[in-house]
Amino acid sequence: MVRFILRRLLQVIPVFLGTTLLVYYMVFALPGDPIAALFGDRQPPQAVIDTLRSQYHLDEPFWVQYGIFLKNLFTFNLGNDFTGQPIAAALARVFPVTAMLAIEALAIQAIFGVAFGVFAGLRRGGWFDSTVLVASLVVIAVPTFVLGFVFQLVFGVQLGWAKPTVGANADWGSLLLPAVVLGLVSFAYVLRLTRTSVSENMNADYVRTATAKGLSRPRVVLAHILRNSLIPVVTYLGANLGGLMGGAIVTEGIFNVPGVGNKLYQAVLRSEGPTIVSIVSVLVLVFVVANLLVDLLYAWLDPRIRYDQ
Amino acid sequence: MRDNEMTTPEIRIAEAGTTGIRPLLEIRDLAITFKTSGGEVQAVRDAHLTIMPGETVAIVGESGSGKSTTALAAIGLLPSNGRVSGGQILLDGEDIAHAPEKRMIELRGNTIGMVPQDPMSNLNPVWKIGYQVRETLRANGQPNGPDDVAKVLSQAGLPDAHRRAGQYPHEFSGGMRQRALIAIGLSCQPRLLIADEPTSALDVTVQRQILDHLDTMTTELGTSVLLITHDLGLAAERADKVVVMYQGRVVEAGPSLELLRNPRHPYTKRLVESAPSLASRRIQAAKEQGVETADLLAPAAEPAAADNVLQIQDLRKVYKLRQGLGKSSDFAAVDGVSFDVKRGTTTAIVGESGSGKSTVAKMVLQLEKPTDGRILFDGVDTSVLKPADLFKFRRRVQPIFQDPYGSLDPMYNIYRTIEEPLRVHKIGDKASREKKVRELLDQVALPQSAMQRYPNELSGGQRQRVAIARALALDPEVIICDEAVSALDVLVQAQVLNLLADLQANLGLTYLFITHDLAVVRQIADHVCVMEKGRLVETGSTDDVFESPRQDYTKALLNAIPGAKLMLPPEVA
Repeated sequence: MVRFILRRLLQVIPVFLGTTLLVYYMVFALPGDPIAALFGDRQPPQAVIDTLRSQYHLDEPFWVQYGIFLKNLFTFNLGNDFTGQPIAAALARVFPVTAMLAIEALAIQAIFGVAFGVFAGLRRGGWFDSTVLVASLVVIAVPTFVLGFVFQLVFGVQLGWAKPTVGANADWGSLLLPAVVLGLVSFAYVLRLTRTSVSENMNADYVRTATAKGLSRPRVVLAHILRNSLIPVVTYLGANLGGLMGGAIVTEGIFNVPGVGNKLYQAVLRSEGPTIVSIVSVLVLVFVVANLLVDLLYAWLDPRIRYDQ
Repeated sequence: MRDNEMTTPEIRIAEAGTTGIRPLLEIRDLAITFKTSGGEVQAVRDAHLTIMPGETVAIVGESGSGKSTTALAAIGLLPSNGRVSGGQILLDGEDIAHAPEKRMIELRGNTIGMVPQDPMSNLNPVWKIGYQVRETLRANGQPNGPDDVAKVLSQAGLPDAHRRAGQYPHEFSGGMRQRALIAIGLSCQPRLLIADEPTSALDVTVQRQILDHLDTMTTELGTSVLLITHDLGLAAERADKVVVMYQGRVVEAGPSLELLRNPRHPYTKRLVESAPSLASRRIQAAKEQGVETADLLAPAAEPAAADNVLQIQDLRKVYKLRQGLGKSSDFAAVDGVSFDVKRGTTTAIVGESGSGKSTVAKMVLQLEKPTDGRILFDGVDTSVLKPADLFKFRRRVQPIFQDPYGSLDPMYNIYRTIEEPLRVHKIGDKASREKKVRELLDQVALPQSAMQRYPNELSGGQRQRVAIARALALDPEVIICDEAVSALDVLVQAQVLNLLADLQANLGLTYLFITHDLAVVRQIADHVCVMEKGRLVETGSTDDVFESPRQDYTKALLNAIPGAKLMLPPEVA
């Protein structure tokens, strides 16, 4: 087991180098001059441009720029962004907010998705199943930005149940509404996945055998149907956690959440290579760790999967 | 814990018999209906059977006969679209046909136990064996400490039960899993055990051990057994009474031996006749059947003797077993096997799972590369064939596989399935290919109308006929049948074997028959190769091997055929 974890962590190195190199190169290859963009319509003196260029190593060839970035990274000095703010401080500000948002969204998906999915799957074709299926289809079909604005208007403005926007001081309570919006689409997928998985496993031979042993219905459902049905759901949730950490640009925009999505969006607009790649580096780590956790959870759910021989 | 049932008032009614012993289970006029997309279907009608305490009763029938459905109704486990639509199921006088789920949960486990059919799918893969035994004991209010669990497992013949209890199902072999399931089924000393094809997924020698053990245990505990099986020989050997079901009805019932020797219903007669056994002889093709026996055996063998269409020489296949960290150990699946196959004859390779018989077939088909040794086809070493020659080789050697459900493409209709090899080998034009497909369908006795149908619209036997037609399309010389009839019901199996024998006589085909079923070998093969753990342990003509087996392993295999001794003519038995 320990060896498996070590091996997986070692795999981080090539994954990390590959993704950062690719992202750095894409930023490098973006058309337009980031320094010129800083000054808007004004034309700064050539000396200022040259100073800024050498300060941010923009006059160096790609490999040197990338090398400097890596060197800084390993000395834990991410440098400053184009507005002169230290990148590390910015990351330390945005990541906790997004992490809270992601965890809240993940919890909503997992708890409600699995619970609704089990009930729907056990009574496939019943009224609950039919209602939930139609509702989840609606959720999947409506784009997130529409859902976001509708929820903001209804729950935030008209009913006043939650703050319509989050603003600078994000906490669990104020993030609940965006977390619901963010988690809703995946909730629908988790629900459908659980439902299918449960109704398939319900007809499995070992479930019939468990019933034949004289077990009560709740025990059969919990011990023999639910655990086996969770395996595909866990895969999906794990892959989704990475997505939640990095991809909440639309939701964070609507609810004005000062998180990773917002920061990344601004950095892309300004072609700030170091900021973008720093964020991506952290996301790569999050992805790898999330996938590792999923794999470990797998082994617990399904003993046929063994990591060390 | 059983006394509560004794107090129910209905008991008196059932006790009308004069013997004073009340049946443990009595099924009267049982009807079971399934709701399908095409409306209601009657799966069982007017079924009746009686099991006395301590008695073993077998229900025999082919798939779809309603035998499993009847048994499942008795333990209240019909699929959700099925229901008892008439009749009674009296357990000790209490009608449980419509008993509420709560009552059934009380009865399951400690009054009615079940040993299910397929040991591979009936244990939950995510729980340890010990846990699955323990929850049974706990649900039925039995002591369930680690020692109790180990005791239950060791009674079912699992050695080293304490350690085994801590293992998962995938760490068990099929036979061990079936023992675990028997342990679970009998763990709460039920009065009735429903054993649904408890050994049909296992090798014959393992099958025998398990059934013997089940016999011993149920005799000790005084358990009544309802045995469900498709195998008449097995039923007759193991049960006091046999009930024959056909198309949802009980067609005949009676004491085992009597029913076997004097079958009255036409279906039972056919079942007895086609039950493969030691006593049966090699099937003769229809056109040869009128000819004198003496002529039959002699001329076929003599002139062909020199003509070996396949020569297998010192064949080896070694697989690398991964052991982590780049280390691996060698595993010889096939180890130094040599034999010849004469043109126009049938050679059978028999052995249990893991004996390497299928690996030999794959290598002959050039689907696997031998590690060592040679396969000569018509005197040419097949390992040196160039791609173009290999393509021609494939035309002359064709396979028929075991699973008629898995080996036909569900998206291809029957015409396309049979026509595909002709198209791939660029034989004829569209019109002549269609004519050929029609001929082939005739040869395998399928109606022309089957051309436009899809595999899922055909029965297992019909699908296997399609697979045979597909194999014959290229006019091959050799056909490799890998367990080609194992998945079929006895009567269908007999029809397909007859078809293969006719085709051999008409077309001069050579068969290499891979099977675990010695009874089938007896019916179809001229020569037998017995394999054990990758090695060839015995070869010879079928008659020699069956009448005077030299190796202990062969003897064990022969002895393990269920009902073998029973099926012999009375004067021999």
